Amino acid sequence: MSALTAVPANILAAGTNNGSFVTPSISYAAIAPILIVLAAACVGVLFEAVLPRSQRFYAQVALTLAALLAAFIDVIAIRGHSVVTASRAIAIDGTSLFLQGTILVLGALAVLLLAERGVEPGSAIVAQAAVVVGSPADRRLASSDRVQTEIFPLALFAVGGMLIFPAANNLLLMFVALEVLSLPLYLMAGLSRRRRLLSQEAAIKYFLLGAFASAFFLYGVALLYGYADSANLSDILRAQNTSTQSDTLLYLGFGLLIVGLLFKAGIAPFHSWTPDVYQGSPTPVTAFMASCTKIAAFGAILRVLYVGFSVSNWNWRPIIWTVAIASIAVGAVVGLTQTDVKRILAYSSIAHAGFILMAVLAQNAQGQMDVSGLSSSLFYLAAYGLTTIAAFGMVTLVRDGNGEATHLSQWSGLARRSPLFAVTFTFLLLAFAGIPLTSGFTGKFVVFRAAYHSAAPLVVIALIGSAIAAFFYLRIVVMMFFAEPAEDGPSVVIPSALSTIAITVGTGATLVLGVFPQPLLDLADHAAKLRG
Amino acid sequence: MHNVSLLLLLAIPLLGSIVIFAMPTGRDLLAKQVALVFSIATFVFAIVLGFLFKVSDNRADRFQFQGSWTWIRSFGVHFAFGVDGIALVLIGMSTLLVPVVVLASWNSFDSVADAEEIAAANAPKRSAKTYFALLLLLEVFMIGVFAATDVFLFYVFFEAMLVPMYFIIGSFGGPRRQYAAVKFFLYSLLGGLLMLAAVIGVYVSAGTSSFAFTDLVGHVPNGATQKWLFLGFFIAFAIKAPLVPFHTWLPDAGAEAPAGGAALLVGVLDKVGTFGFLRYCLPLFPEASRYFAKPILILSVIGILYAAFLAMGQRDMKRLVAYTSIAHFGFIGIGIFAFTTQGGTGAVLYMVNHGLSTGLLFIVIGLLVARGKSRLISDYGGTARITPRLGGVFLLAGLSALALPGMSTFISEFLTLLGTFTRHKGIAIVATAGIILAALYVLLLYQRTMQGPVLEKVKGFRDLNARELFAVGPLIALILVLGVYPKPVIDIINPAVKFTMQDVGKTDPQPVSAAQPGGHK
Repeated sequence: MSALTAVPANILAAGTNNGSFVTPSISYAAIAPILIVLAAACVGVLFEAVLPRSQRFYAQVALTLAALLAAFIDVIAIRGHSVVTASRAIAIDGTSLFLQGTILVLGALAVLLLAERGVEPGSAIVAQAAVVVGSPADRRLASSDRVQTEIFPLALFAVGGMLIFPAANNLLLMFVALEVLSLPLYLMAGLSRRRRLLSQEAAIKYFLLGAFASAFFLYGVALLYGYADSANLSDILRAQNTSTQSDTLLYLGFGLLIVGLLFKAGIAPFHSWTPDVYQGSPTPVTAFMASCTKIAAFGAILRVLYVGFSVSNWNWRPIIWTVAIASIAVGAVVGLTQTDVKRILAYSSIAHAGFILMAVLAQNAQGQMDVSGLSSSLFYLAAYGLTTIAAFGMVTLVRDGNGEATHLSQWSGLARRSPLFAVTFTFLLLAFAGIPLTSGFTGKFVVFRAAYHSAAPLVVIALIGSAIAAFFYLRIVVMMFFAEPAEDGPSVVIPSALSTIAITVGTGATLVLGVFPQPLLDLADHAAKLRG
Repeated sequence: MHNVSLLLLLAIPLLGSIVIFAMPTGRDLLAKQVALVFSIATFVFAIVLGFLFKVSDNRADRFQFQGSWTWIRSFGVHFAFGVDGIALVLIGMSTLLVPVVVLASWNSFDSVADAEEIAAANAPKRSAKTYFALLLLLEVFMIGVFAATDVFLFYVFFEAMLVPMYFIIGSFGGPRRQYAAVKFFLYSLLGGLLMLAAVIGVYVSAGTSSFAFTDLVGHVPNGATQKWLFLGFFIAFAIKAPLVPFHTWLPDAGAEAPAGGAALLVGVLDKVGTFGFLRYCLPLFPEASRYFAKPILILSVIGILYAAFLAMGQRDMKRLVAYTSIAHFGFIGIGIFAFTTQGGTGAVLYMVNHGLSTGLLFIVIGLLVARGKSRLISDYGGTARITPRLGGVFLLAGLSALALPGMSTFISEFLTLLGTFTRHKGIAIVATAGIILAALYVLLLYQRTMQGPVLEKVKGFRDLNARELFAVGPLIALILVLGVYPKPVIDIINPAVKFTMQDVGKTDPQPVSAAQPGGHK
């Protein structure tokens, strides 16, 4: 009952319950990557204030890439670290470092796409978001090559939140990270240069639903705090054996918490925002969300389940079973009816989220959560993120007079005009479908292998789901290769070096991880360690 | 264990495929020549390996030319190759079919341009380069699938094979090619994914942390697990083979694919299914194989009769041949699941002969369609009088399809039925009816297209030229030679089949004499 008398600071500094505030000791070396990114984001805001417009774009791009690179190098430098710091609120361990490294790489690739000005003079981002849609000023700006640069510090803030999210060992810190990563994304979703109303609608939808999800999450944290007398994951784990509180608090708290996380990861039945937001957002932002946000959200799910609920005397596994099946089914079946390439990829991401979620069901012979589930989801996340960035990067290149041509029918006969584009995109689709010699196959294989022992029926369901999903990937291939090109169809724009690098890295990684996955598998195995 | 000969065999067509893909567009003739050279080189090399292959009953010699390199260490996956007699003869058949197909589709690879209605619209010619590069790429995967001795590697080739075939059908096929290509891909992918589940299951339940075939044999625990895993493999192979009721993709794919593609599709790709029964289903899951043998035998017999009746009703020549193939796969199925050495050997020989004879039939029909621009039987009549050589080859191909004595197909059909009869009399007797139906549908096809009054449009047909004769010549020769003297091939196949029967734990029943009417069981 000491919880009732504790001052709020004690929630973070759990355990020091003597009423006085103790400055927590912080291992700055361990959280340096996070600090680098957040500091660079603040500098980016300053750039907006002090630099003349002509210099901002290059300064911001350079700053953002340099910050992400520096943070990535730092993550490599502190590999092998395993500390729990800041009053046990942040755990820097193998898993969080692996995820942070992945997010930084994918974030950098997404920034390359954001900075692309070769396919559209002023980049895919609207020059001035506050101008009323369709007003004369808006039309003037749309055709100018003025570029908007606030998006780069926003992206950095989001990345900063994503770096904290999977490392947060304390649910309150996790909530703060959730908001830090979400708020910039809500904005970024509404900044499309073309089809601005659709983009703004997406932003509003994302914001409203995201706010609901955050509220769920916070309510869950409150209930768990009431149950365990602490918001710390390892304390919550311990409390499940010792707490005298009603189990209702635990069940409800867990349920609400997981709803918030599943929402961010885009898992059915909390997926309804995904297609609209993916479709409405500027495509580089979609690439960023589909890869980085998903990885961060899964990182948090993994930490909550593996640290907070790994050995519990109650069984939350049916919940995961249900949502995994729902996600695979919704992604595969509803994806069949879609006619927009971005929406198809959105439904594909819902199905993939279901596949990744299967991994956490992996159990060893003693019925404990098995570490193979952790390492296989790490591998899958990295592989999927790289393929996704490349796929959305390629979607930005198919354009006609109205901007990106994402309707499936507009892609007919693209292979005739741009065989290289069609072959590359087909390869990425085959990776999504899980055909051997692509990273998608290796990822599916490790996840299914991990889940096989404890969830064999789910593996079969997942395989049937992938067979159904293969149909809509094939539809795109059929359109590109076998249909006759339309007279006034879109063409494939040759991008500048920035997008080319992002697409090449993503596609190359998809191939390499399919043919020689061993190094990354080793790394994921090595990284699959969590500190409570 | 680092013998590179099979790796080399894979490398030759792979190199050829890369060379052709890298060529500038428009050099069609050069692409064809390069494809021909590389495919002939592959065939020659395969023949050399065939002569080096040691025929022996020693179990240590089961797999030869073995080479194994670690691929993905944490899964225990190896880049492991090796051939037994079954794989060797199938590789020989496949590598022969590829140069034949290259020659035969020299000018007629593009069914779109060939189709009457589109030819009139003057549609753009498709790139010959892509077609021939895809053929060679397909050959790489076909050899790989037979030569792999690692279950994971086998699966990789099994799935990868779909991609070039999908594009061959989808890009160069007939009017309904999109539908056929997607149907083919989805059916195969569904089977492949079920097999993937079973592959993982075999790996996990065997607990050997290796995917090597020889490590897994005998380690799959008996009981319900084995039955489920068997079904995972079986359905994948039954779709590929295809066995009734998993067959509906084949008539579409076979009819819409360009003639050369169809020859490889039915001649080789489908053999992967029956090969999979023998190589993987039987040895890995002996108990489940025995458990499911009866239903599979019955399905096979149903397939023989059902597909034969459907074949008689077809108006499209290529669909007709596709249905005859389904009937033939029924024979292969009963040969395999009768669990006798004769039946097994007959089934393997059947696979080879069927590849040759159906390959020939598809190629001949392709040559006919290239002249008449139509696949419908009713568009032809009296053709043999205008083009006697084409008619003769057509007749030979047909006779080999109906297993006339003297043709190689007769030997295999006879062996298969004999092997089945010693264990399952009823099944063998019903299956024999299929032979009569085969004679009906082949002779009706021949009579309607080649005999009778000469149609007006047929009068302008050109007879086979030297290139086309060169293309079909080797197949005809082999069908006749193996029909008279099949011993060398049977000698190669026999030990491998015996090992498989040992794996499945069945010995041949004593010969049944008239005095022992109850001998079947």
